[in-house]
Amino acid sequence: MNPYLEMLIAFHIVVGAFFIAVGSYGLIKFPDLMSRLHGPSKATTLGVGGCLIASMIHVAALEGRLSIQELLITFFLFLTAPVTAHFVAKAYLHTEVDPDRELPKTSGRYGWSTFESVEDEPLAEDRAVDAS
Amino acid sequence: MIEYALTFGFVAVSAALLMNLWRLASGPTVMDRVVAVDTMVINIIALIILYGIWVQTTLYFESALLLAMFSFISTVACSRFLLRGDVIE
Repeated sequence: MNPYLEMLIAFHIVVGAFFIAVGSYGLIKFPDLMSRLHGPSKATTLGVGGCLIASMIHVAALEGRLSIQELLITFFLFLTAPVTAHFVAKAYLHTEVDPDRELPKTSGRYGWSTFESVEDEPLAEDRAVDAS
Repeated sequence: MIEYALTFGFVAVSAALLMNLWRLASGPTVMDRVVAVDTMVINIIALIILYGIWVQTTLYFESALLLAMFSFISTVACSRFLLRGDVIE
């Protein structure tokens, strides 16, 4: 194999593995969950992207064709990482955080939208009573 | 040169998995454990990709794709269940 291509693949592998380790180190280092989410959702996704680019160059150099599975995995991970972080943060806010004491005030007339929508929405039992 | 980079990659990703395991064992809340498992699956995907480079085959990419989908669906389902008490309403 071309030594410059080998250098490129090795560079991507090293950078990707480094960012994966950094993301997991952030997971054990930060003080609370809202800070801890930054590590897995940003650094680890970038690290996996680096490893996948290295694998794509490797397949292209070895077999001379473009491998599409890595692109699929990359797109899927980059699309799902923010959605996962959003769901986890929302579940954490609603289960562990007291909105009156622990969250900062908003500047406008309305409070935090995720908590206001809970108050406005009728409960499941009420809807069942209304339907019956 | 790729062999040395792969050795470094295996060591780094394995250390990351151990750190995730520590968070999974000692996380104070349930959501910490959910995040730890999600990160573990992403690290396992990276490990599978690096192993695919090591043995020079493209056989394992489908399993990595399946793991990515399974990790996303299970994390969202777990968060929904903790948030609403039900997965599909």
